[in-house]
Amino acid sequence: MSITLPKVRVPYLLLFPGFAFLFTFFILPIVNLAQTSTQTPIPGGDTGQYEQSFAFSNYINAFLDNRDQFARSFVYATLATIFALAIAYPLAYAIAFKSGKFKNILLVLVVAPFFTSFLLRTIAWKQILGEEGFLVPTLRSLHLMGQQTTITSTAVAVVAGMTYNFLPFMTLPLYASLERIDPRTIEASGDLYANGITTFRRVTVPLSLPGVVAGTLLTFIPAAGDYVNASILGSPNTKMIGNVIESRYFKIVDYPTAAALSFTLMAAILILVTLYIRKAGTEELV
Amino acid sequence: MGRGFPKGTRQLVSIDPINARGDLRLTRITKSYGDFNAVDDLTLTIPKGSFFALLGPSGCGKTTTLRMVAGLEEPTVGSIHLGDTDITTTRPYQRPINTVFQNYALFPHLTIFENIAFGLRRRGVKDVKEQVDKVLNLVELPHLAERKPTQLSGGQQQRIALARAIVNRPALLLLDEPLGALDLKLRRQMQIELKWIQREVGLTFVHVTHDQEEAMTMADTIAVMNEGKIEQMGTPADLYDDPETAFVANFLGQSNLIKGKIEGNDGDNLVIDLFGQKISMPKARSHAVDNSLYAGIRPEKFRITRTGSAVRGNTLTGGRIEDVSYIGVSTQYVVAMPWGQELMVFEQNDDGVPPFNKGEEVVISWEPSFTFGLRGDEDVEAGTEVNPEETPE
Repeated sequence: MSITLPKVRVPYLLLFPGFAFLFTFFILPIVNLAQTSTQTPIPGGDTGQYEQSFAFSNYINAFLDNRDQFARSFVYATLATIFALAIAYPLAYAIAFKSGKFKNILLVLVVAPFFTSFLLRTIAWKQILGEEGFLVPTLRSLHLMGQQTTITSTAVAVVAGMTYNFLPFMTLPLYASLERIDPRTIEASGDLYANGITTFRRVTVPLSLPGVVAGTLLTFIPAAGDYVNASILGSPNTKMIGNVIESRYFKIVDYPTAAALSFTLMAAILILVTLYIRKAGTEELV
Repeated sequence: MGRGFPKGTRQLVSIDPINARGDLRLTRITKSYGDFNAVDDLTLTIPKGSFFALLGPSGCGKTTTLRMVAGLEEPTVGSIHLGDTDITTTRPYQRPINTVFQNYALFPHLTIFENIAFGLRRRGVKDVKEQVDKVLNLVELPHLAERKPTQLSGGQQQRIALARAIVNRPALLLLDEPLGALDLKLRRQMQIELKWIQREVGLTFVHVTHDQEEAMTMADTIAVMNEGKIEQMGTPADLYDDPETAFVANFLGQSNLIKGKIEGNDGDNLVIDLFGQKISMPKARSHAVDNSLYAGIRPEKFRITRTGSAVRGNTLTGGRIEDVSYIGVSTQYVVAMPWGQELMVFEQNDDGVPPFNKGEEVVISWEPSFTFGLRGDEDVEAGTEVNPEETPE
């Protein structure tokens, strides 16, 4: 007994579970969120009761009230992305080209942090950067840091935490694109009078560009919306837009503002990412 | 453009290796990987301006040799000179040597123009555009300058890889199985083209291949390599007509090797006993060291006649046709001899004589001067194994 399906239907059947999932858990909530974002409190109603009044001014007010947090989010996310790239590129390069038989072990080590919860790892960073950790006393004794200066509750801690937490998302796509480079193109470059540095600049880097683009997006996008690092490692002065959205939703119960901020963040990220991909000009993005 | 010499070189002469010109000399080169010698005490001179082929089966050390000349590997022992300049330890980018890589290794992110211009730009050449255009015309693909390598066919990529190397006018151009990825017809065409281009540009070409026909078509001189050593070196005709070892006799074309004994001299000829039948061959073509030898005859040098008809030269009687394959230009016979050996005979289909039939009794004859003699202790199977990975298509 065999069941033969008309060929045309197979792709749709395969797509169905994904579509159903996205529709239920992405499209519907987005529509709902959009509706919420233009609501205003019901006059005389309780906290958390809102009615639809197409108040697009919610967007303007939400943005104007939280300009600093928006700016901070993008600055921190950019910094974390740059640092992650600076750490991940040599790492991925070494794993792809120099690790020999240790390649698989090193790749497992890159993803090993995922075996522990994101929250737990961030809390651990609080310990590492704290007064009792090894870092601060060491830096102080070397006079690289003032006796009164601390790291926790500063922007440094938040950016460091984000860099650490998103590092695997940068490393893996970079590794994938570096590993795909045909070693003979590297040899060909040397054969054509390019020394090591020139070969790296003219051949290795351009060929790993799809990995750089993918890695920076996978780091930047979640980093821009992150609030865990800022709330655990930061202070009120390092609040990011994610923290504002979180407190609007869960503490102040100001759903319209939270929704408006969420949409603004989404739009801002979309615009930045589009500009970035245009600029990077990688048609063959992974 | 003095870039200086890398650390540890013994170089004292003030010639920058990038400007070195002249014959390529490999002196007692050994390359070891652990206990295994990929190249074993190899000494070789490749004259300037020649088209030289390193021919051998996979694992014979030919590619390792090429990579040492390119600077991609360093010899364990020995030295490499280009003219009077020792280039043994110089880096690849400091050598006036360019390579056409197997599978081409074009830069996928650059246009064809920029691929070809790569070497020129690194050396700071002024008229890049002019030179690239010139070489694109030479390989007859000027219209592809702005394409990316992936948009080209295999044959086009091959020509671009060649153009990218020769545009630099290196002292030495290395070709690593350059035609291996092309189909048979295109390969034949490219062989002729490569040869023409080599004459046109007048560079020294060193060509590595496992394809004996390719080597014979293109090269002035062929070095046959086996197990890290050179078995024999010479012109294609020398190697084919007078192989010195069973490996060369079998690797270049096909050979019939018949065990025999040297009975004595007859002027400039040797008298040989082959299973009771006497033949003669020129003394100069024997490489035997004692009185045992293998008499070698190429299949197309044999003539087949019916028993009883008149024959000239050396004859072997008592043959029986075992198998007949008609392949158009010739008919190939397998002839079983009384001593149990089967001989290959290729007959041109040019005499109107109907082909022999299976089971017919025949006499085999040939010109004595076509015979070559190998040492009696040779492994007659050497060089006959076909590596399936290397069989084209």
